[in-house]
Amino acid sequence: MNLLNVFDEINNVDPEFTDRISPRREVIRNMTSFGKKITLASLPFLISDLFKKAYGATAPTDVNGVLNYALTLEYLEAEYYTMGVAASNLIPSGRPLGAITTIRDHENAHVKFLKQVLGDKAVSKPTFDFTAGGTFANVFSDYDTFLALAQAFEDTGVRAYKGQAGILLGNKVVLTAALQIHSVEARHASHIRQMRRARGGGAANQKPWITGANDSGIGAVVDPVYMGEDNKVQANVDITTLKGVSGNISLAAATQSFDEPLGAEAVLNIASLFIKN
Amino acid sequence: MEKMSSQKECLIDEKEHLDKKDLHRRDFLKFTGAGLAGVALLGLSSCKKDRNDDDMSGNGFYFGSGDIAILNYAYALEQLEAAFYIKVVNSPFSGITDMEKSFFTDIRDHEIAHREFFKKALGDKAILDLEFNLSGINFSSRDSVLATAKTFEDLGVSAYNGAGWLIKDVSYLLLAGKIVSVEARHAAWIRDLIDNGSFANQEVIDANGLDVAKSPSMVLQAAAPFIKSKIDVKDLPTY
Repeated sequence: MNLLNVFDEINNVDPEFTDRISPRREVIRNMTSFGKKITLASLPFLISDLFKKAYGATAPTDVNGVLNYALTLEYLEAEYYTMGVAASNLIPSGRPLGAITTIRDHENAHVKFLKQVLGDKAVSKPTFDFTAGGTFANVFSDYDTFLALAQAFEDTGVRAYKGQAGILLGNKVVLTAALQIHSVEARHASHIRQMRRARGGGAANQKPWITGANDSGIGAVVDPVYMGEDNKVQANVDITTLKGVSGNISLAAATQSFDEPLGAEAVLNIASLFIKN
Repeated sequence: MEKMSSQKECLIDEKEHLDKKDLHRRDFLKFTGAGLAGVALLGLSSCKKDRNDDDMSGNGFYFGSGDIAILNYAYALEQLEAAFYIKVVNSPFSGITDMEKSFFTDIRDHEIAHREFFKKALGDKAILDLEFNLSGINFSSRDSVLATAKTFEDLGVSAYNGAGWLIKDVSYLLLAGKIVSVEARHAAWIRDLIDNGSFANQEVIDANGLDVAKSPSMVLQAAAPFIKSKIDVKDLPTY
């Protein structure tokens, strides 16, 4: 069963579903509907305020904060792929299992590397629940659900690293390492997107790069992962006003050619759906 | 008078060059033929000739210094990639599939978007259009095109990864970050076309799970065979 159907069905049968499954979800839901009524400028403050209240965590403000933030995301990815590879009858053997094993090994290497860099400052691994309180109950038994969530994690990871680059400005060792992890996550995202395309169905039009906002075919549940990816203006230059081969650069190409960052609060809100406390 | 000062500059640079013990820098300058120090290898008369060439071109390939030089460095690489993919799409290799053609067209447009963006953002600080030497690539051969694409994309990723910390302005750093992950997505797709599953293999990812990062001098050394124009990168930050 694919993810899109799961969500459509659940919401059709039980409109209160989202309210019941997790108080965290309610915070996010309220935040989203609240966000529509308020001005964009006050949004970051409100999100971080709500986030602090809900989870007692804040966005990183220094180098170690960024490294621990990265470590938390790498813990999540490492455990996800470790469990996926270990699950019986989930990933087809041959190239698919080979690719996911490669990705698992990279995520485990990232965890090890970041823990080494942080030493005794490293945060410990949270307890994860990849079903997100039952929402993705079949994540380790349905291959398409597993790949869909993997894509969401990789695309989020790429955005998360970008969002913290500013704090690491000019830092040869840490910024370079962060960039070196960041591009690995992008390579993973590209490959997972290809794997999903090959599976067909709702993912048949998936490209290795992101087109517009939420091109995942997964549905509105991952809207927060892709929020803002439809940006077409870079440093005050509207990319669609630039000359391409025949006419201007298309809107699709404009959004594909630049990956957008995602702030820590938004990333942690996504991650926290999978963290048990 | 101008000639004399030019010669003097050459001599100073030659001395500076001889003082340099850094092999990378020396090799880089030799390979690119860029900057006075590199030309000094060929002796004073060559140096004079080079100055004249520079004067004739109005020094249109001077990258500038600081962040501007890094943006021009990125602009140069995007020019190279765009020129390559325009040709790939215009003269597709034999046996190209519809999906491949469609994705190569996407990539071409991404590189053109990057190129035109840098041109616009740099304004009058932008270097001129570079001339490239792509004669070593057999555009009708799938193997040749894919191998070159892989080289360019992996090189692009390593270039942005390695230059990030040299950037002083946070908004330029963010822009580099927005572009590099797209290059990595390209690199992975092209690698998978060559060998499905090689999107992030040991050629590019080390034991710590880290991708390649290269200094601007290392990247330009690798790109030098493809760049015909004489670029002047003497003030480009590198290490």
